[in-house]
Amino acid sequence: MDWTLRRRGREMTAAAGKDSPSPSPVRGTPLLKDELDIVIPTIRNLDFLEMWRPFFQPYHLIVVQDGDPSKTIRVPEGFDYELYNRNDIKRILGPKAACISFKDSACRCFGYMVSKKKYIYTIDDDCFVAKDPSGKEINALEQHISNLLTPSTPYFFNTLYDPYREGTDFVRGYPFSLREGTPTVVSHGLWLNIPDYDAATQLVKPRERNTRYVDAVLTIPRGSLFPMCGMNLAFDRELIGCAMYFGLMGDGQPIGRYDDMWAGWCIKVICDHLRLGVKTGLPYIWHSKASNPFANLKKEYKGIFWQEELIPFFQTVVLPKDCTTVQKCYIELSKQVREKLGKIDPYFTKLADAMVTWIEAWDELNPSGTAAQMLNGSSNGK
Amino acid sequence: MWQTPREQWDMSLKIEDNEVDIVIAALRSNLNTFLEEWRTFFSNFHLIIVKDPNLEEDLQIPPGFDHQVYTKSDMDRVLNGASINFSGHSCRYFGYLISRKKYIISIDDDCLPARDNSGVIVDAVAQHISNLQTPATPFFFNTLYDPYRQGADFVRGYPFSLRDGVECLLSSGLWLNIADYDAPTQIVKPHERNTRYVDAVMTVPLRAMMPFSGINIGFNREVLGPALVPGLRLVGEGKQRWETIEDIWSGMCAKVICDHLGCGVKSGLPYVWRGVGSDADNAMDSLKKEWEGVKLMEEIVPFFQSVKFPKTAVTAADCVIEISRMARENLSSLNPVYAQAADTMEAWVDLWKGD
Repeated sequence: MDWTLRRRGREMTAAAGKDSPSPSPVRGTPLLKDELDIVIPTIRNLDFLEMWRPFFQPYHLIVVQDGDPSKTIRVPEGFDYELYNRNDIKRILGPKAACISFKDSACRCFGYMVSKKKYIYTIDDDCFVAKDPSGKEINALEQHISNLLTPSTPYFFNTLYDPYREGTDFVRGYPFSLREGTPTVVSHGLWLNIPDYDAATQLVKPRERNTRYVDAVLTIPRGSLFPMCGMNLAFDRELIGCAMYFGLMGDGQPIGRYDDMWAGWCIKVICDHLRLGVKTGLPYIWHSKASNPFANLKKEYKGIFWQEELIPFFQTVVLPKDCTTVQKCYIELSKQVREKLGKIDPYFTKLADAMVTWIEAWDELNPSGTAAQMLNGSSNGK
Repeated sequence: MWQTPREQWDMSLKIEDNEVDIVIAALRSNLNTFLEEWRTFFSNFHLIIVKDPNLEEDLQIPPGFDHQVYTKSDMDRVLNGASINFSGHSCRYFGYLISRKKYIISIDDDCLPARDNSGVIVDAVAQHISNLQTPATPFFFNTLYDPYRQGADFVRGYPFSLRDGVECLLSSGLWLNIADYDAPTQIVKPHERNTRYVDAVMTVPLRAMMPFSGINIGFNREVLGPALVPGLRLVGEGKQRWETIEDIWSGMCAKVICDHLGCGVKSGLPYVWRGVGSDADNAMDSLKKEWEGVKLMEEIVPFFQSVKFPKTAVTAADCVIEISRMARENLSSLNPVYAQAADTMEAWVDLWKGD
């Protein structure tokens, strides 16, 4: 067994946990109200927050207003929030604002950039509180926090899913040296009711609703890519945030509805390289609004063909050993995107440029260096 | 390239009852309760009941089952001197060998049908068949789990060219009540019971390794049979599941072979209800024996991570021979059990081919 794996896992857990509170005893999950921002993209209103009030009110919200900046977004009373519209984004980023999508919920990643917290939870404005099979309302944020504060297990699949959940454990045959796990940096939640299907599937199955509550959280194994949905997503901003760029979508772009997919493929190859973990499964939210499948088809159309080449690209990406930070990994990825995907369509050359711009903008807004730079043991202190 | 769900469904296989054998390893003589509880679900199938060669008492089997019992004398006749130890939990592998069917389902004789979250009794046999009948999707993870289940599908962002899936060769089920823990975990958590019914089946992704439990499985015997080999026996192997490792080893073989053959392995449903009492004292004794297994896993995992098959290995049998060669080369200096495993695997493939 590679014993350095276990030692490294410990170092990373230590680095990651350096400035976070240790998880509370088994019963309670810490609120982390001063450690977590909720980022919400919207073009209409935030009435949905009323339902979330019991769970979200302790937290600071970052609202990213897409579309017409002259419109006023109504935020329900009693929430602590900051709001950015397109004018704010241009003012803050200057020419670099070009990397932030317009007229697409991909603009949410601006919220990640301006946040000063360790964790981000992002949710769509048509997502409501779901109920578990016993009828109890699900505190999605609490589950995400629990997922992020417990290790992942990407190197060996545990057949009883997340071994850190109460009432379960590693099964017979699971090597002990792998039981420390790795730091979890992404918690990918799911949706009841309107499932996140592509346009083609939506057209064929307009009435299908996801009614199956799968009571599991699991780590996505190392080497496996997945379709990351941004509707109900939490992550460790310090450890992976600068790779959570949601790409160039929407106005003036040939593609839409691939923002979160793009980010998901990028972060997964980086997490695999840096030995960080991604979980998927609980919590569920209730997705209430089915978008228009014809509009979706127009947006996704190119993506459906392009993804046939993108997937093999991401499956075979090799990041060099000297990419020891997320920023370095991301810049390297942008080079490979330019080199290998530029020939599919000029869009990818633009996207590679935007990836670099994003990192530059991120570093400008987050100048002190993040815990991500401590991953290889060299400490900048914090 | 764009297939409707109906077309996808049509690409699934249809497994007939007469293509399936149910193999039961009889480690206890009284199978009355076990078989009565399973009667509704077993009654359409032929049962291969393999008696643990160390079990002295005659088996008690209720009437009305289409079954065949195999005992030590059958094993001796077939083995004809080959050095394979079919005692204890390994006796089921004899059943896998002797069967003539395309598919096998095997459930430990201390497991009964479970109930799902609505209280409905689970037909584990039908679920294994369904898992084997529908494609697996090892090349890209579907966040809604098995896309072929009713009410689910591939999610946005799932490449269309991967939506055909590949044949599922192995279905690994789970257990409510007494989970399949190792001895140290049993000692630390003697009262923990698995009460969480996770309503999902999923494909275990390409290159992801898993701790395969032999307690509740289904597989394509025709393609994968030789891979399920009773190769690795602990020196002090005993009758408690936490004193064995043969299924872990054969499961790792099966997974790397499935990955190489471009086929899939599923994990999740069905659940069975596992009723063995977990006596912490017994677990304490077992720890002395199973600690060996725990240590071996530290060597076994990197070994399987490094297994690579040549292009010429096109069947499971070819792959098993390759694994045995690599085990002999890379592991036998670490522990004599590995050389023994290599011998067993070679003997197993000979038997399989000779059949």
